[in-house]
Amino acid sequence: MEKELIRFENISKSFDSTDVLKDLTLSIHENEFVTLLGPSGCGKTTTLRILGGFEMPDSGRVFFDGMDITSLPPNKRQLNTVFQKYALFTHMNVAENIAFGLKIKGQDKSMIREKIAYSLKLVGLEGYEKRSPSSLSGGQQQRIAIARAIVNEPKVLLLDEPLGALDLKLRQDMQYELIRLKEELGITFVYVTHDQEEALTMSDTVVVMNQGRIQQIGSPEDIYNEPQNAFVADFIGESNLLDGIMVRDCLVNIGGLDFPCVDTGFGTDNPVDVVIRPEDVELSSSGEGQTKGRVISIVFKGVHWEMHVESDIGITFLVKTTDHFPVGSTVGISVDPYNIQIMHKPVSEDAQVYGQDESSEGEGYEP
Amino acid sequence: MKSRGILGKIYIFLVMLFLYSPIAVLVVLSFNNSRSRVVWGGFTTKWYRVLIESKSIMEALGTTFILAILSALFASILGLFGAIGIYSMRRRNYRIMLFCTNIPLLNADIVTGIALLLWFVRFLPLGFSSVLLAHITFNIPYVILCILPKLKEMDVHQYEAALDLGAGEAYAFVHILIPHILPGVLSGFLMAVTMSMDDFVITYFTRGAGVNTLSTLIYGELRKGIKPEMYALSTILFFVVLILLILVNLPYERMFSKRTIKKKVNIEK
Repeated sequence: MEKELIRFENISKSFDSTDVLKDLTLSIHENEFVTLLGPSGCGKTTTLRILGGFEMPDSGRVFFDGMDITSLPPNKRQLNTVFQKYALFTHMNVAENIAFGLKIKGQDKSMIREKIAYSLKLVGLEGYEKRSPSSLSGGQQQRIAIARAIVNEPKVLLLDEPLGALDLKLRQDMQYELIRLKEELGITFVYVTHDQEEALTMSDTVVVMNQGRIQQIGSPEDIYNEPQNAFVADFIGESNLLDGIMVRDCLVNIGGLDFPCVDTGFGTDNPVDVVIRPEDVELSSSGEGQTKGRVISIVFKGVHWEMHVESDIGITFLVKTTDHFPVGSTVGISVDPYNIQIMHKPVSEDAQVYGQDESSEGEGYEP
Repeated sequence: MKSRGILGKIYIFLVMLFLYSPIAVLVVLSFNNSRSRVVWGGFTTKWYRVLIESKSIMEALGTTFILAILSALFASILGLFGAIGIYSMRRRNYRIMLFCTNIPLLNADIVTGIALLLWFVRFLPLGFSSVLLAHITFNIPYVILCILPKLKEMDVHQYEAALDLGAGEAYAFVHILIPHILPGVLSGFLMAVTMSMDDFVITYFTRGAGVNTLSTLIYGELRKGIKPEMYALSTILFFVVLILLILVNLPYERMFSKRTIKKKVNIEK
């Protein structure tokens, strides 16, 4: 793991007596692509704004490269932001927008011109210097906003839902574009989004947040395959979220039927949450499997079929498969032990997130 | 359908007639070469000459303009900061402050006039400065109301983006915020000039002896009997205010048409 660059230490923040962030602690490393992911109102944008210097935390401190920057104004920080709606200066042309930060630093004109040309080339908009921002499409404005930020050579680039206003195709293109940019620049990206697909595609590390607390920190694979709690499992992708009882290590009882699994350390006869991804439920037409079920609906989704299967153990599974089974047909249902993810049941809402914070740290994210 | 169209036209014609015929008569009379109000004595500009030669009228004219410009200037500066302050308030305080701003607008002029008079007689001698203060006071709300919509239109993140790119608060204020709200400040300024020139009641109460604006002068003269040069003066006043009002409304319309053109361009892409 690279050197730590940013550290949030016990950050709390509330607006009008609503707690937005509760005791948030987070480390971000050099050259890392970190995504803060969560539903609206989870505190992800506030976290980014605290890092950018636009909000002061009520308590806690922010460190940048070992220095306390909690009360440093935004213009003194070595980071730049790409704002949600781009926030381009509408009364200036593209070149003036990009030159804004360089002019303040007092760089000389030929140098500024070179840097403008270079940054426009980086975002694929060479020759757009004289254009007015309002004459550009959303995707182009987005690129100008990125060029305006990176031309200042920040150590960290903050991106606040930068693709939110773009259409699907453009959004997917921009995801690859951002990955390429990050590799070319070799700087840290802190990215905020509510779109789990974006988070999984681009990030080195995903920070899942809800109600002002971190739910889980991990690589995209970890977050998807090993959700720490029901919220993460439910928010990232689709899932069958089931009640179960951990009979003993590596055996869980769901709806009266024992399923072998690979998780240990949940005690014996303890109630647990169980996650099975829809693509991990295996169906067979022969009716053989751990249990049987009846197909009650089927929808064509392009790459796969999406079905609801009512099983004999009283649970309706959401299933994604490339095989087609007609509605009403009887199928066998089985799940590979590796694909059953066991999670602690929350004791209360606060205890849930708090306990999970500790366990996610305990599992060795901290370097 | 057709008859309704004709009725509509007649209705509009009547409204216009009642609204503007008195002013039209005034304008016509100012060029009438006769002291009578009912006999047309031929076209003349002599009342305008009398007007220009009258020392008291010229003095009042000067006072009116200086008063209008100065009060609008101070009101624009104070209103600018006021508007920014109000805009950045959170919802509840925002509404309270906006309400407070609107009270002087809706308040009867005579109440404002007497209230200000009460304060001024206690703290400073009545004269030009007291009238100026009074005009600044009632002009500020107009300026605030002209600037607030411009602030709402602006993307606040532009200001934050400037800070983010290394600008200090003063630099961001001058280079980002001001260019955006300048049209609002200008129309607020022109509005304030208009309101200041237009005011009679508050000026009448807060002026000391010897200070006369055009409106208080006309009122004073009217008590002695109407002189034709007053028609000329009123005509001038009417057209100045008219031109100012057109100027106030012009920038908005221009910007609106510009913006629609831009939108069209975007759609075509």
